[in-house]
Amino acid sequence: MSTTAVSTPAGLRLPKWAAPAGVAALFVVAYLVFRGTGTLPHDKEAPQFLAVTDLREWIDDHRNDNPLFLYFLNYIRLFVGSLYDLFQTVMYALGWPGLIGVMGALAWLAGGWRTGTLAIAGVSAFGVLGLWQSSVDTLALVGVAVLLSLAIGIPLGVWAGLSDRARRAITPVLDVMQIMPTFAYLAPLALFFHIGAPAGAIATMIYSIPPAIRITALAISQVSPTAVEASASLGATRWQTLFKVHLPLARPTMALAVNQTIMMALSMVVIANLIAAPGLGGEILGGLSRAQVGIMLPAGVAIVIMAVVLDRTLTAVAHKEPHARIGRGDLAVAGVLAVAGLALIPVLPRTWPENLTVNFVAQVNDAVHWAESNWYAVTTFIKDLVSHSLLNPLQALLTSAPWWLVALAVLTVAWRVSGVRPALTALGCLLAIALLGTWEHAMQTMTTVAVAVLVTLLIGLLLGVAAARSPRFSAVQRPILDAAQTMPAFVYLLPALALFGTTRFTAIFASIIYAVPPVVRLVEDGIKAVPGTVVEAATAAGSTRGQLLWKVQLPMARRAILLAANQGIVMTLAMVVVGGLVGAGALGYDVVVGFSQRTDFGLGLVAGIATVLLGVMLDRITQGADRRPSPRKRKFI
Amino acid sequence: MGVSPDSAAIAVAGLWKIFGSRARKVLDSDDRLLDPAALREKTGCTAAVRDVSFEVRPGEVFVVMGLSGSGKSTLVRCLTRLVEPTAGEIRIGGEDIGAASPTRLREIRRHRVSMVFQHFGLLPHRKVIDNVAYGLEIQGVARTPRHARAAEILSLVGLDGYAEAYPDQLSGGMQQRVGLGRALAVEPQVMLFDEPFSALDPLIRRDMQAEVIRLHREVGKTMVFITHDLSEALKLGERIAIMRAGAIVQLGTAEELVGAPADDYVADFVRDVPRSNVLTLRWLCRDPEPGEPLDGPALPVTTIIKDAVGAASASSRPIRVVAGDELVGVVDRVDLLSFLSGADTGAGARNGTALTRAPRAGT
Amino acid sequence: MKIRLLAGLLALGLAAVGCGGATVDTAGSSSAPPQAGASSAAAGTVKIAINPWVGYEASANVVAYLLKNELGYNVEMPEIKEQLSWEGFETGDVDVIIENWGHPDLKKQFIEEKKVAVEAGSTGNKGVIGWYIPKWMADEHPDITDSKNLNKYADLFKTSESGDKGQLLFGDPSYVSNEEALIKNLKLNYKVVVGGSEAALIKSAQQAQEQKKPLLFYFWDPHWLFSDIELARVNLPAYTPGCDADPKKVACDYPEMDLDKIVSKKFADTGGKAYELVKNFSWTNEDQNAVSDDMTNNGMTGEQAAKKWLDANTAKWQAWIPK
Repeated sequence: MSTTAVSTPAGLRLPKWAAPAGVAALFVVAYLVFRGTGTLPHDKEAPQFLAVTDLREWIDDHRNDNPLFLYFLNYIRLFVGSLYDLFQTVMYALGWPGLIGVMGALAWLAGGWRTGTLAIAGVSAFGVLGLWQSSVDTLALVGVAVLLSLAIGIPLGVWAGLSDRARRAITPVLDVMQIMPTFAYLAPLALFFHIGAPAGAIATMIYSIPPAIRITALAISQVSPTAVEASASLGATRWQTLFKVHLPLARPTMALAVNQTIMMALSMVVIANLIAAPGLGGEILGGLSRAQVGIMLPAGVAIVIMAVVLDRTLTAVAHKEPHARIGRGDLAVAGVLAVAGLALIPVLPRTWPENLTVNFVAQVNDAVHWAESNWYAVTTFIKDLVSHSLLNPLQALLTSAPWWLVALAVLTVAWRVSGVRPALTALGCLLAIALLGTWEHAMQTMTTVAVAVLVTLLIGLLLGVAAARSPRFSAVQRPILDAAQTMPAFVYLLPALALFGTTRFTAIFASIIYAVPPVVRLVEDGIKAVPGTVVEAATAAGSTRGQLLWKVQLPMARRAILLAANQGIVMTLAMVVVGGLVGAGALGYDVVVGFSQRTDFGLGLVAGIATVLLGVMLDRITQGADRRPSPRKRKFI
Repeated sequence: MGVSPDSAAIAVAGLWKIFGSRARKVLDSDDRLLDPAALREKTGCTAAVRDVSFEVRPGEVFVVMGLSGSGKSTLVRCLTRLVEPTAGEIRIGGEDIGAASPTRLREIRRHRVSMVFQHFGLLPHRKVIDNVAYGLEIQGVARTPRHARAAEILSLVGLDGYAEAYPDQLSGGMQQRVGLGRALAVEPQVMLFDEPFSALDPLIRRDMQAEVIRLHREVGKTMVFITHDLSEALKLGERIAIMRAGAIVQLGTAEELVGAPADDYVADFVRDVPRSNVLTLRWLCRDPEPGEPLDGPALPVTTIIKDAVGAASASSRPIRVVAGDELVGVVDRVDLLSFLSGADTGAGARNGTALTRAPRAGT
Repeated sequence: MKIRLLAGLLALGLAAVGCGGATVDTAGSSSAPPQAGASSAAAGTVKIAINPWVGYEASANVVAYLLKNELGYNVEMPEIKEQLSWEGFETGDVDVIIENWGHPDLKKQFIEEKKVAVEAGSTGNKGVIGWYIPKWMADEHPDITDSKNLNKYADLFKTSESGDKGQLLFGDPSYVSNEEALIKNLKLNYKVVVGGSEAALIKSAQQAQEQKKPLLFYFWDPHWLFSDIELARVNLPAYTPGCDADPKKVACDYPEMDLDKIVSKKFADTGGKAYELVKNFSWTNEDQNAVSDDMTNNGMTGEQAAKKWLDANTAKWQAWIPK
């Protein structure tokens, strides 16, 4: 937003900040005049909510006699349920020796001894943490969800990769899906597929399908066109070319799609516990409802371990030398592992031996308690500072301003940053939020998001610039960022909860540590992408390092920084909504209540929709990153 | 626009290819006569091939030469409808390609016409032998016979011992040998080469050109060879079509192009070609002057001028240029020396005997 | 391969339910897979839903311990909140709710109408929900325990989260709650602030006691906290039968409830000895508080606390074991 060209008649030259400042002043005046009018206070009994609740009651009464359910939806549920049972049965039948052996063998084949050892240690850790059964349930749930995601996503991705028309049709849907906070998927799914493992698996599948489609499409469209043409020139049919050229050549990239799908599934599978899906989510949400980090931590660790093992294994598959054969030694070790594991099933006890588990619930609780009491002054100070200096004033501003003024402000800002169409979309979303009756809570959520994004961007810019300027700092920071991005979103709630208890600030803190890594990375890459020759030229002209940064690197990295802001906002929103579980209140809490109290189901579902609208709105406002190569000169008065 | 008799291996008549959503409309209007830049400006369409006609004789090496963007790659793809032509007629071995059903078209691609690509288009996940056998595989040939056939082809293209390697383990030149092998393996009647050697470095390119000449001698296929390299065109082509902006500017033998460029564009192109390496005695010979001795050494009329220097220096008498038993003319040392020194612009141009047959196309 | 497997499964599923369409209970893991139980000859699997308060967990753990160690069952204890647990009866995700607080509406829907659940008798516990303050506040302001006077003291209870109203601290969002309606109908100048969990309530109560900070909060008996801190109950207008019939118009206190056990119809029909045990299970508030106290304050896992209580009360539990 570096330029606003105001071409005024000669003789009357206004400084370039005059127009924005004028507009801002207008808004301030309008706010002061109209404050308190045109607000839309929250009403739990709004007819929209009650209508949805009634719909749910109706569906519950007719789940077993309405043809749509009897002959369609329930079959899907049944199918997914049987698939889950199958996975679970197989894994239970393998027992812990079998599962460790088989997973170890597969990982060994994929990535040699490092990955193999990691997998063996990782899978054993499930038992050591005392979470064998929950982990296996989660693994089965993830397995089903990912299998279905791929079964649906890969064909769609192939289609999108081959046909421009298909891609144009699918892309906007995926865009919205990727903005949708996890919570938004739960209520509608509970409506159609009831609760339990099948509903959880379907929710997880839907949530994790975008990368399966997107990356497959990318992989297919990147296949060497000459190879495709060569195949056609030899008279191959489309199917022959698909199976003999497209798919084999796209396979390395598609391993990445599988990887991403699994990572997404792992984030969702925890939250699916809200609709009674089994697995580690139960431990985490159970710990949450007891405010005991000690219960949550082992489960969180197990999820992270699961993510790391699966990630490393699949990354190894993706990065494999194109025609590296599996060495005889590796094959032998893998064989021994698998056979030993399977052979030990009948010998060893079926449950993980209790004396091999480590229980540190009490210690963790004590540590957290210690931190709570000893750092109380610091954490409370931070919390109160942010609450009183940022959260409360901003929230008061947004909730006491007339709705039309907020809408106008959103329209203006979006127009300025991203152009007309995104601005109109953003406005539409905001109006829909108002119509849904979730205005006040949406404004509260937006406040939380705004504060979190502000801090996130600040930290992200600082660390990103530091990393771009110091290779040594970057080298230290990179692996941490890599690790942070492998972790399922939910895990970030743990330290936040341990430090700040259940308050609005907890969600802010969690979303900051969740969103900072990608922001840092985008900023760093953006600055590093500034061409060396430009930097050289500026240095040759005698710029100081500060001038270089402010006058060359940051302006040229503008797109990357806007993109970072966009990503930061989308991720922050996702986390703030989940933060409804830990005191963030507003829309996220409405969703939680929707699952907790039948009478509030409608509120929960509508709040879920509102989070999506909020997400689309915030995304569109900051979309300038993608669409606009440089700031357009535009007057808006 | 008549189509030639079935004796031609390939016959193309009035071929158009216009890219863009309104291709048909452009073709039916006078817009098609606009030059490419104006056409794009006006309609958003790109005319890649404009009203091209030619014939290729069985067993001939036919070269299409032009700079990048001249439409030559599109032209060669139109021949088997890898790119769907907008208008025009194509016959291969007498069969109307434009009218072929998808199934029939596949049959033609499988058995009659195969293609070698600039960027090889090999399948990196398959071994060399499976790349070569790919065409046979999609025809449904069983594994054993297709591998046997592929092994023969590998030794034909000089890749003995590389059957089990993967393409990315080979040098560029060897990779293109694999591409060549893949095209040969299906025993086509026609082979199309789309700038097959332009991605290779010059020494390897020379080897590969020699390889193609050798293969052509051994297998005798009809070949259509696309290139942007004039020396390659001159070396390989029995006849050469020069394309510019989608149309053929001139079509003829190397000698005809060098000796009698159809326009400034072609002249500019061939300016730096060492003429003595291309032109034959037909070009230089003149009628004997009265009293000139006619007992000098006899050389065929197709002898390249450069090769006549030896004979001329061995004898002080004028060389008799003969076609069979018939005397076409004579060339003496002075003629040769003045030609080689560049003072002479060519007797052919002077007396205009040799090149009147050169067909002209396009502008 | 994959596709064929999927198709096969689908066909299997279709065959399993015949051609009459699929009902919800045909789905779900109705035939639980063999669990990783103690012995391969386990008598079966019982799924006891875990609702988020420690008293419930105490009862669940005691029953689970006996099911496992005396009757040889596998026990799964999924974390499912109150109302979802009822739906779990329908989907097969839940066999037993070991401590049910009233819920007449759910009883009507799931027991009478859908017929997927049945009552399995009282737990012996008397439960009552109410609004509480630390006893020192009642000592300082004797009339504060009458809800009519609450507005007078609203300023005392103001916090940063409640703004200019008094704060009424609530627990887990899934708890039985009339709070919003009570505040509205009794015209109280208070705002419900959700602590999110039982633990948040306990922590606030303890802080209120130690630091003499005013606190009005939602709580319930039986709970071990009553033996830790002296609390006083705020009297809302007395409960009369039917005064809470319309959740929007509630203006009366919570009733004292006989807490009871609910099991799925299927479990009642096929649960055998496990069902018998659940039906026989009955203990006092003191019993439960002892176990919850151990679980919360003495660092014991549910299993350890259950074992401790069972070892000390052999006679009681032996009466529950079916003959």
